Amino acid sequence: MTDWEAVIGLEIHVQLATQTKMFCSCSPVFGDEPNTHTCPVCLGLPGALPVANAQAVHLGLMIGLALGCSLASQSVFHRKNYFYADSPKGYQISQFDQPLCGPGNLAGVRIHRVHLEDDAAKLIHASESGRIAGADSSTVDFNRAGTPLAEIVTEPDLHSAAQAREWLALLRTTLRTLGVSDVSMDEGSLRCDANISLRRVGDQTLGTKTELKNMNSFRFVERGIEAEIIRQRELLDSGQTVTQETLHFDPRSGSLTTLRSKEEAHDYRYFPEPDLLPVEVTEAMIASARDALPELPIERAARYVSELQIDDVLAERLAGDAELAEFFDAVVEAADKSIEARVLATWVSDDAAGRAGEDGLLASKLEPAALAELVALVDDGSITTAAGRTVLDQLFEVGGSPTAIVSDQGLGKVDGGDELEAAVDAAIAAEPEAAEKVRAGEQKALGPLVGVVMKHTSGRADGGEVRKLLLERLGS
Amino acid sequence: MSNDPTALTAASSAALVESGDLDASDLFEAWRGRAELDTFGALSWIAEAGDSPEQVDGPLGGVPLAVKDLFCTEGVPSQSGSKILEGYKPPYTASVVAALAKSGAPLLCKTHQDEFAMGSSNENCAFGPVLNPWDKSRVPGGSSGGSAVAVAAGLAPWALGTDTGGSIRQPAALCGIVGLKPTYGSVSRYGMIAFASSLDQAGPLTQDVTDAALLFSQMTARDPRDATSVGHQESIHLPDRKDLTGVRLGVPEELSGEGIEPGVRATFEETLERARELGAEVVPCPLPHAPHALSAYYLIAPAECSSNLARFDGVRYGQRVDPGDGLDAMYSATRAAGFGPEVRRRIMLGTYALSSGYYDAYYGRAQRVRTLIQRDFDEAFANCDAIVTPTSPSVAFPLGSRTADPLSMYLSDFCTVPMSLAGIPAISIPNGMSEGLPTGFQIAGPAFAENSILGIAHALESSIQFDRSGARV
Repeated sequence: MTDWEAVIGLEIHVQLATQTKMFCSCSPVFGDEPNTHTCPVCLGLPGALPVANAQAVHLGLMIGLALGCSLASQSVFHRKNYFYADSPKGYQISQFDQPLCGPGNLAGVRIHRVHLEDDAAKLIHASESGRIAGADSSTVDFNRAGTPLAEIVTEPDLHSAAQAREWLALLRTTLRTLGVSDVSMDEGSLRCDANISLRRVGDQTLGTKTELKNMNSFRFVERGIEAEIIRQRELLDSGQTVTQETLHFDPRSGSLTTLRSKEEAHDYRYFPEPDLLPVEVTEAMIASARDALPELPIERAARYVSELQIDDVLAERLAGDAELAEFFDAVVEAADKSIEARVLATWVSDDAAGRAGEDGLLASKLEPAALAELVALVDDGSITTAAGRTVLDQLFEVGGSPTAIVSDQGLGKVDGGDELEAAVDAAIAAEPEAAEKVRAGEQKALGPLVGVVMKHTSGRADGGEVRKLLLERLGS
Repeated sequence: MSNDPTALTAASSAALVESGDLDASDLFEAWRGRAELDTFGALSWIAEAGDSPEQVDGPLGGVPLAVKDLFCTEGVPSQSGSKILEGYKPPYTASVVAALAKSGAPLLCKTHQDEFAMGSSNENCAFGPVLNPWDKSRVPGGSSGGSAVAVAAGLAPWALGTDTGGSIRQPAALCGIVGLKPTYGSVSRYGMIAFASSLDQAGPLTQDVTDAALLFSQMTARDPRDATSVGHQESIHLPDRKDLTGVRLGVPEELSGEGIEPGVRATFEETLERARELGAEVVPCPLPHAPHALSAYYLIAPAECSSNLARFDGVRYGQRVDPGDGLDAMYSATRAAGFGPEVRRRIMLGTYALSSGYYDAYYGRAQRVRTLIQRDFDEAFANCDAIVTPTSPSVAFPLGSRTADPLSMYLSDFCTVPMSLAGIPAISIPNGMSEGLPTGFQIAGPAFAENSILGIAHALESSIQFDRSGARV
């Protein structure tokens, strides 16, 4: 068996969160009644002309800066001619040999280019699968036509499906942090194509690649690439060759189907768009894009490590989720400075984020200041960690003040005294076998006894203290 | 003063409306009556009685306008001379038409043209040819033939046309009127059904130079809807120049010698002599790359048109032919039935010129030639104020005489195409008769030098005193 290395490059289309479409003043909203956001320009009516959206150029420059790209001083729009029902003009206005942004790098993956273009209309196929195959008819929604897109193209620097997914997630967080896009794969504001080839480990030349189109979730990106790597490996192992083609991954069946072969590849007949002047990128435009840049995920993770002494893994986990990182920063801001940031980080990352699930922290009632207050109560020993988690549950559901919840519900720590002694006695009575083993010197048997005490005190007792008391009682 | 306001130039009528001696709605109705006299196939649509605007405000005095078919006019057929847009009524009006209406030139009629402005004889119009009012067996030139005939025959006081390679100047010459192709970027193209986007430019076709200046003064503006429009820095004024003292006119041998009919050559020489009498200095002025202009033009314009015309698919507007055999069959049938032979020829030429592997040899090389031609003009204008040539190598030719040979038809634009490629302004004025038909004299200037060439044209026009009554119905 030959050892094969997968070589993967990604092409990511990002719908830019502009006020208006790329070349007209229609609103680029998602989900409205079809064909309600159209005009002569985005419908491609005879005589209509495009005018480039300055905000889209600004957002494109922000992306370029965030990805460490070189920025063009002059960028040219080209016509990419293709005849299809989703293309009202018969061509897309894209960029060809003078893209807005040139080479860059994000987390070790080289960026080839970033360019601007307009999105096609949305085709809605009347078939069970929603795909064109087997559809009786198709309708066209021009609301999407003309939506500004940034296309980000990487060099083939990725080598596994999992790595591709992980990098795509970092890119998505970066774009979300920039605020340039909704980056929702569900709604199609982030779309990913992958170019995949295999070569013998150690080879420098690239093998024949295939292009995997339009995978619309992170999971499908990983599964699709994985399936294609396996398909190519099987072909090569059995002495066959890979054919250059464009493929579609069906996540339901896990199968790959050919969309078009190399022979059917389009000749787009690119030429400079005569209706638009070249975009002259001025120092002022670049300065304005730079001023608009927030702290990026990679920079944020580095800051967590260097300034807050948080370990690498936890720092990347927090910084890798823009929403989580913003929440964490707010908790740090609100917390007493005596509390170590890594303690706060664990609470945010493990306890809070764990509870948040799919909807995210912002959908809960939990306020950053409340979490900071709660961690302080645990930190100074007012409540136990277990009680803290109980309080957190309530903060999630109904919000409010942790101190108030603790006092209202009597969740303060049980500090020795009658209550704890009674609980210890009750535990010994409830678990006579365990008690006997402890008496016989078997310390491991303490566990069930401690558990009962904790249950009785609703987790308000300090574990160490309970352990000490039990051992005193059981005379060992 | 004549009681018939349609016997006056547009500027004269506007002055009478301004002074209160003429009622704008009477003027509109009088011109509507004139438009009904069309026996040349010039007009594609005429306003209804009572369509005149209630209030006229603006420097154009309510003098109504004939508009080439390819300008989008809301609710009014805008077909660009093509079957594929037969009966198409756009939901919006072209910026320049709207601006002129606002300045007091309401829409009187629409005029026939070569299909998608591709042609030099108006024989490529899907709705039949337009006939020359000087001789109905002859072509009026094209592609703005309907607009030229409307003005020449007195069906309309003035008209709007478009010029891509000569489509205003050549029909103006063949019909004995004035036609101005402005500097590229002077006038908004928004709402002009595109032929070749980097060349198309709207301009006036008028009875005299003063009318051309008046109409153009209200056309030029930067339009936020057209990224390539810039307008003019200085306002366009009505020309009053009577002499040419201190003016240097350059004559390029390349565009005024070989290939020019003797009769056209003769009136050209006469006009040069007049210019000298008026005080001008006439100097030779080489444009060494000009003879290659036509070749470059017939790559660039078809390339752009092949892309511009892709949108006509029978789905959202215009004609649809559906044999009931699926979407691709509908597309093919629609485009086969909708486009005429010249349009199909240029779509194929342009598609080929842009194809992968051929781009550099054809489109790329044509753009380099275009740059050389622009440089020729830059160098020429360092040595002269304007360049003058015959507008058309020939007078109006007989209908059908060039339709079988596209190359001979393309040569009709030999003298006008170089200026189009350079994006510079050029005006054609009638300068005499040959074989009983008018000839045209072209004056081209540097970019945005419209005031200068209008002034030179006015001085020559005053001296020539061309009699255009022979074409009036």
